[in-house]
Amino acid sequence: MKNKTTRAAILTLSCLLTSMAALTGCGASGGGSNGEVIVYNWGEYIDPETIEMFEKETGIKVVYDEFETNETMFPKVESGAASYDVVCPSDYMISKMIAADMLAELNFDNMPNAKANIGAQYYEQSRGFDPDNKYSVPYCWGTVGILYNQTMVEEPITNWAQLWDEKYADNILMQDSVRDAFMVAEKLNGFSMNTVDPDELAVARDSLIEQKPLVQAYVIDQVRDKMIGGEAAIGVIYSGEAIYTQRENPDLVYVIPEEGTNIWIDSWVILKDAPNKENAEKFIDFMCRGDIAVKNFEYITYSTPNDAARELIEDEDIRNSEIAFPDLSQYDNLEVFVYLGEEGDALYNEMWKEVKSN
Amino acid sequence: MTSKSKWLSAPYVLWSVVFIIIPLGMIFYYGLTDKTGAFTLENITAIMTAEHRKALWLSLLLSLISTLICFLLAYPLAMILANMKVSQHSFIILIFILPMWMNFLLRTLAWQTLLEKSGVINSVLTFLHLPNINIINTPYAIVLGMVYNFLPFMVLPLYNALSKIDENVINAARDLGAGSVHTFFRIILPLSVPGIISGITMVFVPALTTFVISTLLGGSKILLIGNVIEQEFTQASNWHLGSGLSIVLMIFIILNMIASAVFDKDGEGGIL
Repeated sequence: MKNKTTRAAILTLSCLLTSMAALTGCGASGGGSNGEVIVYNWGEYIDPETIEMFEKETGIKVVYDEFETNETMFPKVESGAASYDVVCPSDYMISKMIAADMLAELNFDNMPNAKANIGAQYYEQSRGFDPDNKYSVPYCWGTVGILYNQTMVEEPITNWAQLWDEKYADNILMQDSVRDAFMVAEKLNGFSMNTVDPDELAVARDSLIEQKPLVQAYVIDQVRDKMIGGEAAIGVIYSGEAIYTQRENPDLVYVIPEEGTNIWIDSWVILKDAPNKENAEKFIDFMCRGDIAVKNFEYITYSTPNDAARELIEDEDIRNSEIAFPDLSQYDNLEVFVYLGEEGDALYNEMWKEVKSN
Repeated sequence: MTSKSKWLSAPYVLWSVVFIIIPLGMIFYYGLTDKTGAFTLENITAIMTAEHRKALWLSLLLSLISTLICFLLAYPLAMILANMKVSQHSFIILIFILPMWMNFLLRTLAWQTLLEKSGVINSVLTFLHLPNINIINTPYAIVLGMVYNFLPFMVLPLYNALSKIDENVINAARDLGAGSVHTFFRIILPLSVPGIISGITMVFVPALTTFVISTLLGGSKILLIGNVIEQEFTQASNWHLGSGLSIVLMIFIILNMIASAVFDKDGEGGIL
């Protein structure tokens, strides 16, 4: 009898020990011979081959994780539930993270490629959210516009107002992310996309509610597949997806709407409590190398701020593409998102919920 | 309780503390405090705002409809199964459980592809010169997704309860002159109540709280209470409001549990 009790105790204990080992196992550092780096990036936003090349060249193991919107990324990073080293948020989210004291200052001496290859105008543009260029290295940039299927519309689409045209009922795809959705309605009504004026926001909200019956679905990444498959006539999309979707379906056209739109930059940042800060800088610098950046550009087709990479693009049409590298001087109504503060965010979320529940 | 059984229950006690008690405590802590950590009931009463009320009402409506449809589909099937020989019904049960070997997210995604405007079903219908169906991104598609995903959870407890009914009881009813309709309503249906209650709980609770089915098949256009809570956590990063609304949702689930306890006193309705 005694024997049996001991055996049960040992069984229980070993169960406990194995479960604890499993729990701590994922927290233990190690990985490659030179440690690891934990990267948190947008979904489908890198050529996986470049990660392998980085691992091979540096002996640093890359732990890679993906997010779908800035808003889903932030609480995960903020709560510290997972410790990341490198993250790739957008402009307004970077200023929010700077305000929350979550980012580490970068040492550009460790990142010669980031210093030399990224065009000066992109650093200049980054000052809007990172005033001293201390925290971020631009990775991709672009605009938000309309992608439409020529065979499914009656006239060329040139402005946001056409997304309220009843002709296209059930044929419109909107972005399922609060800032991008509101940006469309704000530009339609001639407001700034950074407004926190409750009256202006109410107007924008009512426009979105008015539009809702015409909208087929609010989507994020699926907009690409749905537009390629001819599931909808008009979709709100990031310029970076335009080249890829056109390659798959030549009927698709990308336009920057007349009312103006959002211009954005996604940049690499390092978190303040990053466990592998040095490896993180090595990772960012590697991604800024011309041959790597061009690989990523060709894979994800989002405009690269990397001048060295642009020169390496073999296809002349793409190197000089109006979509990938538009001449922004011809537009005077492009706007960058800025962080709206906690109250502004709450107001937007509240109004977005009202749109969605209507 | 002997010391031996105490030892053996230790892993389960640990399990329930780590994965049930502590998370529940955290939900109540977040739900009853505001951002500064002060006590508040605001997150609970927030359910009364127009958009939350609407989302809750829609969730209740859709999950009730789904539960009813599941019940109406599952009961005849369970009766047929219960009357079959063992060799036959085990095959049919296998067919019902087989799809569950695949992740339910994937199966729901497959419905998206099937139901799309230019999806598989509509392509076939067009080929046959039949009118197309356009239910994707509507509440109908969400109900379809719920029924499809949760039907097995209704069939199995019903089958379990029905197969337990003693054949002699039914024969006795017939002997005493009851017709088949009378036998069904006076004997079979009352005796299967534990299975019905268990099936309703197994379908209603997940249907009430789902946010994946409504996102995938509703095109993010239809906001259920599960979506509201999910978005408070993942997008608005307002854990307090999300937890407060979760507590409200728990009340409905507990009501359902109490109903089960009242009707199913012997605990007969468990699956299999």
